[in-house]
Formats: sequence, structure tokens, C-alpha cells
Amino acid sequence: MTRLSMLIDVTRCSGCHNCFMACRDEHYGNDYAPYSAPQPAHGQFWMQIKEIERGAYPRPKLDYVPIPCQHCADAPCMQVAQDDAVYRRDDGVVIIDPVKAKGQRQIVQACPYRVVFWNAELEIPQKCALCAHRLDAGDKQPRCSEACPTGAMVFGDLDDPQSEISRRLAALETEVLHPEYGCSPLVLYHGIPRRFVAGEVVLDDADDACAQGVKVVLEGEGVRAETTSDVFGQFEFEGLARNAAYRVTVSHPGYVLRRIDVKTQTDVDLGEIVLTAS
Amino acid sequence: MTEQVFTNCTNCGPVSVYVKDGEVVRIRPLVADEADFRPWTIEADGVKYSPPKKFNLAPMAHAERRRLYSDERIRYPMKRADFDPNGARNPQNRGKSPYVRISWDEALDVVSGEIRRVKDTYGGSAISGLTSSHHNWGIVGYKMGPFSRFMNLLEYTPVLDNPDSWEGWHWGATHSYGFYWRLGMPEPFDQLEDALQNAEMIVLWSNDPDSTRGTYSGQESALWRTWLKEKGVQMVFIDPFHNYTNAIFDKAKWIAPRMGTDAALAMAIAYVWITEDTYDKKYVAERTIGFDEFKPYVLGETDGVPKTPEWAAEECDVQARVIRTLAREWAARRTILSGGARGGEGGACRTAYGTEWARMMVLLQAMQGLGKPGRSIWGTAMGAPTDFETWFPAYADPMGRISLSKLVADFIPVNPTKQRLWRLTVPDAILDPPVSWYGAGFCGQSLEQQFEHFVYPAEGCSEIKLFYRYGGSFMGTMSDTSKWVRMYQSPKLEFVVNQDIWYNSETRMADVILPACTNFERDDVGEFAACGGYTTNSHTGNNFRVIVREKKCIEPLWESRSDYQIFADLSERLGLYDEFTDGGKTELDWVKLFFEASDLPKLVDWETFDRKGYHIINAPEDYKPTPMMRWFAEGRECDTPDLMNPKRGTDKAHELGTYSGKIEFSSESLKAHFPDDEERPVHPKYIRSWEGYLSEGYDRYPLQLLSPHPRFSFHCHYDKHTDWLDDIPVHRIKKDGYAWWPARIHPDDAEARGVRNGDIVRLYNDRGSVLCCAVVTGRVRPGVVHSYASSANYDPLLPGNAGAIDKGGCVNILTPSRMLSRNAPGMTPNSCLIDVEKWEG
Repeated sequence: MTRLSMLIDVTRCSGCHNCFMACRDEHYGNDYAPYSAPQPAHGQFWMQIKEIERGAYPRPKLDYVPIPCQHCADAPCMQVAQDDAVYRRDDGVVIIDPVKAKGQRQIVQACPYRVVFWNAELEIPQKCALCAHRLDAGDKQPRCSEACPTGAMVFGDLDDPQSEISRRLAALETEVLHPEYGCSPLVLYHGIPRRFVAGEVVLDDADDACAQGVKVVLEGEGVRAETTSDVFGQFEFEGLARNAAYRVTVSHPGYVLRRIDVKTQTDVDLGEIVLTAS
Repeated sequence: MTEQVFTNCTNCGPVSVYVKDGEVVRIRPLVADEADFRPWTIEADGVKYSPPKKFNLAPMAHAERRRLYSDERIRYPMKRADFDPNGARNPQNRGKSPYVRISWDEALDVVSGEIRRVKDTYGGSAISGLTSSHHNWGIVGYKMGPFSRFMNLLEYTPVLDNPDSWEGWHWGATHSYGFYWRLGMPEPFDQLEDALQNAEMIVLWSNDPDSTRGTYSGQESALWRTWLKEKGVQMVFIDPFHNYTNAIFDKAKWIAPRMGTDAALAMAIAYVWITEDTYDKKYVAERTIGFDEFKPYVLGETDGVPKTPEWAAEECDVQARVIRTLAREWAARRTILSGGARGGEGGACRTAYGTEWARMMVLLQAMQGLGKPGRSIWGTAMGAPTDFETWFPAYADPMGRISLSKLVADFIPVNPTKQRLWRLTVPDAILDPPVSWYGAGFCGQSLEQQFEHFVYPAEGCSEIKLFYRYGGSFMGTMSDTSKWVRMYQSPKLEFVVNQDIWYNSETRMADVILPACTNFERDDVGEFAACGGYTTNSHTGNNFRVIVREKKCIEPLWESRSDYQIFADLSERLGLYDEFTDGGKTELDWVKLFFEASDLPKLVDWETFDRKGYHIINAPEDYKPTPMMRWFAEGRECDTPDLMNPKRGTDKAHELGTYSGKIEFSSESLKAHFPDDEERPVHPKYIRSWEGYLSEGYDRYPLQLLSPHPRFSFHCHYDKHTDWLDDIPVHRIKKDGYAWWPARIHPDDAEARGVRNGDIVRLYNDRGSVLCCAVVTGRVRPGVVHSYASSANYDPLLPGNAGAIDKGGCVNILTPSRMLSRNAPGMTPNSCLIDVEKWEG
């Protein structure tokens, strides 16, 4: 059996856009019937790169999340398509038939990931086909993962334990994008950003250097996490829930304890937390 | 109907080009046989690091098709409608005249006729010409080949390029540690291994290697930084902008000093080390001189100002505790200093007195034992294991140019004209001569070249009458660039030619425009990422070394011709055909000659190389690393492959390229030539910028413009002509039917000006105005506006008006003409005060 999958490791993605450009190059003006029709020069993003900027000066954080077609096992585009215009192969690739799909705008609207695009000239919905035309011709991977310089994007067969994707997945926690859509995507992600709470500890009577090694505890939403301030006095709790209440406790022997309540309506940078000597 | 595959190469990496029915349909990273790759392995802390068997392009190269077939291609020879070489020339209309299409015959007749007229009337020195810094890939066609060969035959006035990307290292750091044969940048050997094995911390000071990419190596080193991240090496970024490499290292410390104060920060670090006794005293005593003159300055004994962290905190707006902690960590942990993409670049050196920061980078690391394990200067973008045995000519090697190489040419034209122009002051020279400067351009032959004095016009030579512009867009890359518009409109320039592939910012300033073609439309050969010349071994920025047979994939589009062909055609009309073509050589002839002259025939025969299209040269299996300056730290002879080091292999082989042979805290070379120079003093000093925080003009223009090298174009290459880049918001932002250049503004500065994210804003000062799209972000420090240099789109609201507002994003219009310092003629775009307002027009 072949079960294709794509691993996207957000912690390795630098937003270079190699994947986006390579996808455009492969498909612009090129007809790969029966897999896909030519992509127009503009207006379609079979590979989207979401830039996510969180936090504030002086501790902003930047993440890039590449979003191709998710090639869902329970694809909504398949459910609304008529005349078998959308089908899923045994290896997992979901294809929009460029002939049968003509006129079926509802296929575009059905996708909650918004990765299907309407080609007004050809009157067909279009999307990423995982470069199935290349895979069937013997190439090992689609253009996007081929172009990725850091291994942020790994394509392969989950049923092959020796494949790079299988080996990477053995050591990584992964999730799908928006599991609540219930689409069962083939694409797996690691490192999708959530909320963070961060800050910088300063000891008021020892502020000639940064305060390393101060204990910081975060509690709330049924979790408890503990860390210590780094060499520059900074600390961070990542992967937190959205719109949630947490309590941050900063403590250090010889100093008055500080408790700060936060709500993660956005990422929280507490700035300088000054501990006074007791 | 079947597809053909060709091999070729670009500034961004090697490619495979797929052609169907005479049209390029796809361009991929070079597809090579897996069996040809033998990846090297670096072992560090029980982990084996090896690169995958592939080539990693920079993003723009994937969109090469859009550039090749761009609507911005110059299709036909063009002539300014109101230019008549036998009548009215109307130079004042350059920049706003319409153009008419002419035939090649007419174009070549006009251009050759003007060359002949000017030469006969004024002499060859009245002809000058200027290329861009970089050209399309391939050594036969590279700008230093055909252009120079042709111009030398005309006995023209060459223009000396300023060492733009690394000014402070060239004019400053050379006087600290030599390496003038590398123009002030350090040797790049085996630093990846050293970092993986030894580095505990890396300080990236004014460096965004994920964006600047070690110049021509595409995204090859991106994987290395992934390795460093996963290894948990502590990263510190010193940059007014939270740059794209910083963004990858989410646990890094970001320090954002005010622009122009980096030397102060460096002084304070030295202060901590001296007062806390945490520097390598033995190394300083044995490997350096002049510390006893430098130390009192740092301690405040000579000027009454101790360079404490508290003092620097005031200058830099960085907390004293952070400065002190950085200094302590740097001393206590094995720390690599990453001062620019090649280890010696960075925007902090392209600023007022930028020599002083660059010198301090060398001296700080010297205080920690520069060359010892984990104590190097490394950009993180070069220094992989590779092969150093096989010589293949690179574009900057004299032996790699058809204008100079006796290996391939029977006849080498020699230019007797002694007159020179200095790129930064070309408009001043034309408009308001005389001009003078110190420095023979890229001073790679000696330190003394920096002290050569030039005057234009030179005795016995003519002022320039004919200007031949060859590719490029200075409006977006030089300084104070509206003066280039004024220059073009001067009647002193009787004739202006522009030869280019695409319409760039200066193309429509010319009287005649000649359409050239890309390297995909002609034959050539080239090595991935190799410059040669004063940057030997740049292929250490690649995971694999590969020579590429750059094949002609399609016929030249429309009526374009190869540069070589254009110069051959002009030569024919000038009676110089045999001299230029060296007896009728074709481009393919030159390719074969370079192949035969190189070491490549030892490894592969021509037929195989030509058919296969590439040859990978793997690092030897018994590779022996020779880390940068390890030999110097250990008191040995230079053992790296730094062939241009003149002392290597001599009885002075354990010395550096300074007068003393050691690292000089107090520079012997500066002492000998400019002992009283207060602006580039004998030992480095922190000097407040003449256009910076609280300087003159600050009350009117309280924001500092930061204009680094761009992320999604190679200088001006690809911008404007590759429209898919406009879909990347980091590059341009589409709004109201236009693709705007972004300007990043801190939220406080935006709010004070009523500017919101996505507004069109005017960046302005006394030199001009530029419209950009505002990106309000916490990634830039307050008081600084970040907008990349290198827009290829000069788009004035009033074409032909030098003072017009530019909406294309050429922020270099705002930058000053004033140079690094009195005797160091480097550009200073990062000493630029502006203000910003919301644009409602």
C-alpha cells in the first residue's frame, strides 16, 4: 500500500517562499490533463504561505505556515461535486477533474481551507494536485517539497517505514490544521503557533546584569508549566490556549514574590517584571 | 512535441530548463544524477551532519520564466524620439522623452558613429561606461568579459566600483587584520564544522544570512542554520530590525541599538572584558599590537569618557544590563561573531564612520582569541567542506575574463587611459568637476591602493562626453540617487547608450537603447556561486561544488542579441572586429577554451560535460579541515587554501596581511599614511554619526532609515520584471492597482503620525520623497523605518523631473552623498534621517 502524506514542520520554515514559487512555475501555463489544467499567471495560490507575527517590540515572534490543498480523506469538495468531478485516489491524492468539474463553482466554496480557486477563463475550480502528474511519471516528490531547503516540507509514503517522512514523524508531535472541520487531512503539521506568555525578569537591587535562573510558573486551563529565566532574564511559555486565563508566578529567594494574572486574548508580553528585595 | 531539458545557472543557483516547442515551460533546481553526489559528513557531539543530494535555489530563481518572458523585456533597439545625432539632441528631456523603435542597422550605425565621433574629437578618455555590480551568470558573457574587452579597445575611462556591500570592512577592518586580498572579508574555511563542533553562542551583528544568502549560493546554507537551531546554540541578533534569520531562531535574544551606534556598543563590550579581566590576554600579547594604545581610550583615560555599559546604554538605547550580560556571555562561552553574510559585511558598515564598527568586530573577536575553536568571524553562509584542488575560472578571476585571460585569448587589449571615475561620484564628476578621492576601487592588491589619490578630470584626459550604461538600476542602489537623473539631463553628456535585457530605472534615460538577451538565450559555462578574484572559494557556501554547461535553451527573444554579439557588431563597424572577437571566436569557442584551460578535463572530457551539462566535484573522502585563522591563533603558517594571501608559502606565512603581521589595535598602516585622521583614527573610536540620532537635521527629520539588502530580489535583479514577487507581501504589497514597496514602522511612530498598517506613506527628507506601503510592526525599533534598498522600479510621479516623488520604492533617493569619512570614500546609506507622513494624494 501507498499512503502519501506531507509533513510541514513550521519550526523549520523560514518563509523563503521557494515552495510557492516552484508551484507556480510547475503549473502556470502547463496543461497536465487529466490531472490539472494550467494555472493562470495570477490570482491562484495553490500553495499559500501564512505569515503570523505575534507579540510586540522588543520580543516579536514570526512564524510561517505553508498551506497547500490538505487532500482530505473526507473532502467537502468531493461531497458537493457532481458527476464524480472530484475523486480521491488510493494513495490519498484528491484530484479535481479539469473536464468534469466545469461550471461547478460550489466546489470552490465548499473548501473550508480556502485552497480551491475559480478559473474564470476556463470556468473550472482548480487546486493543488500534489503534482500527481510528476509522481506517476516517476518523480519522488512534488515541486514544493523538492524546493524546500530546510526540510520543513517532507513528502512521502507513510506505509514505508524507511521513508524520510516516517522517520521524521517517529520523533515529532503532529496535528492537522483545523481538526474541527472533520475533513481528515492528509497533510500533517508540527509547530503551529498558538499563544505565548513571555516577559523579562529584573532584580531591582541587582540590575547591573540580567536576572538569569529566576523561577517562573504558569498555571491555568488545567496545566502547570515551570521554567527559569534565561541568561538575558527572559522567559516564555509557548503553545498556550487562546482566550484563556493563566496565573504567572515569579519567585526568587530573597525577593518578594510576584503574581500576575493574564488572559490570552492575544499573545501576552509582560515586559519587565521587577522583583524587589524582601 | 517532446520536452527537451537544458542545464544552466543563475545568481541564485544552478537550474534545469525544460523547453517544449521552443518555449521554456519549467525551471527547476538542477536535476543531477544521485550517483554523482557524495555528500560530506561533519560529526559533532555524536551527531552526523550531511546535506541531502540536491541544490537549493533562492526563491526568485523559481520564477525565472516570468523574468525571461517579462513584459519588461527590451524587445527592439529604441531611439529617443527627440534625439537626432545630426541635429537637436535635447538632453534635458532624457527621462521623459518617448521612444521609437529602430532597426539594428540604424542603432549600430548611430552608436558606432557617436563612438567614432567622440573618440576622434576628444579621445578615448571621453568615453565612459558603467555596469551593475552583478550580471547574469556565465563567465564568457559576464560583464567583466565582453564589456571590458570592448571598452578597453576604445581606450575608455573606467569607473571604479566602491566596495558597496562591505565598505567599513574594506576601508577599516583591513587595517586591523589584513585580508585586503579579500577586500576586508575574512577567509571562510571550515567554519561550518567549527561552529557545529565548538560554538556555544553566535552573535549575528548586522547580519540576515537567510536573506542575503552568502551572495550567490541560494538557500544552500539554510539547512546549516536549522542544524544550529536544533542543536540549541544560543543566538544573539544585533540589528535595529528583527530580521528574517532572527525570526527563525525564536529563542534568540534581539538587541536593537540606534542606528550608527554599533561601535559604541562594541566599545562597552571591550570595557567589560578589560575591567573584569575576561579577555584572552595571552593572545592579545602574542598575536596583536597596539593594545596599550587602545585600552586607555576604552577606559576613558584619554578622553575622559569611560566606555561603560551605562555610557553605551545612553548612546545606543540598549539597557546596560543587557550589554554587560552579552559581554560576559561572549567571554565565558565560545562565541562566533557573525558580522555580515560573508563574515564581513552588514549594514552597520555602510554608515558614517562605518570603518570603526568593522574594525571593532575584528578587535573584539581578537580579544577572545580569533581563530581558536568556536572563536571565529563567520557569516553562517560559507565554509562547508569542499574540493579546493580543481581550478575552474570564475568571473572575477583575471583568468576567467575574455578581457584579460591569456589562457583563452591570443590578443588582450590594453587600455592606456589612466583617468578614472569613482562610481559614487559619477554624477558629481559630470555635473560639477573636478572630483577627487582616495582609493583604487576594490583595493585587493595592497593596503596602499586605498591611499592612491585620484583626480578627475585627469591631466591630458577629456571630460566624459559619451556614457555607456550596461545593465542595472542605480536609482535603487546607489546614494542620493536623484543626482543621476540630473546627470543624464546634462548637455555635457552628448550621447548616452543603455544596453540591458529589461527596462530598469535608468534605461529610459538613454538616447539609444540596445536589447540584450539572458544567459538562457546564449551559450556559456559557469560554476555555482563562484566569484573568484577577491572572493576566492565562495563555493564554500554551497553544499556541493558544480560546474554547469550553461546551454542556450531558446533563441534570443524578439530582437535581442547576446551582449557579446552586440559588442562584436559594434566592433565590426569600428574596424575592430578581429580585435574584439580575437580572430572571430564565437561564444561557444570561448566556452571550450575556458574548459580546456581549467582543471576540469582531468575529471571529465568535453563531450561528456557538454552532453550531461554539469559536473559535480565532491569534497575528497579524506578531507582535512583547515579552519579559518586557526593557523594564526596557534602561531603556525597559513594552511588554508587562501591562495591570494601573498604571504602564504613564504617565510612570513604565519603573518597576517597587516604591516606588523599581527592584529593591530593601533593600525600601523593608518599611522603611516593618515596619522592625523580624526575620522578613521589610528586606533578605532566611537564617533557620533553626522546624520543620526541628535545630529544636525534630527530636529526636522527624527526617523532613521534602515535600507538593507532585499530578501526577494538579488539587488535589483528580479524585482519589477518578475511579477510573481509582487504576490509576496514581504517584497511588494498590492494596493489600488499598484505593487508598493513596503516601509516598516514601529507602532509608536506610526500612531504619532496617524499612520495605520496598509496606508500609503511618503518617506521624505531634503533629498527627495518616496512613496511606500506602511507595515506597522513591532519588528523594528522605535525611531527606525526599515525599507529595503534595491527597488528596480524608478517610477517618478513626474517622469524626467529629478525632484519628483518616486512611487516605485527607490529609497536610495533619500540617502546621503557624504561618505564614510574624509579619506574613506565608501557609501553611507544607513546614515539617513527622514520623516514619514500619510500620503493622501
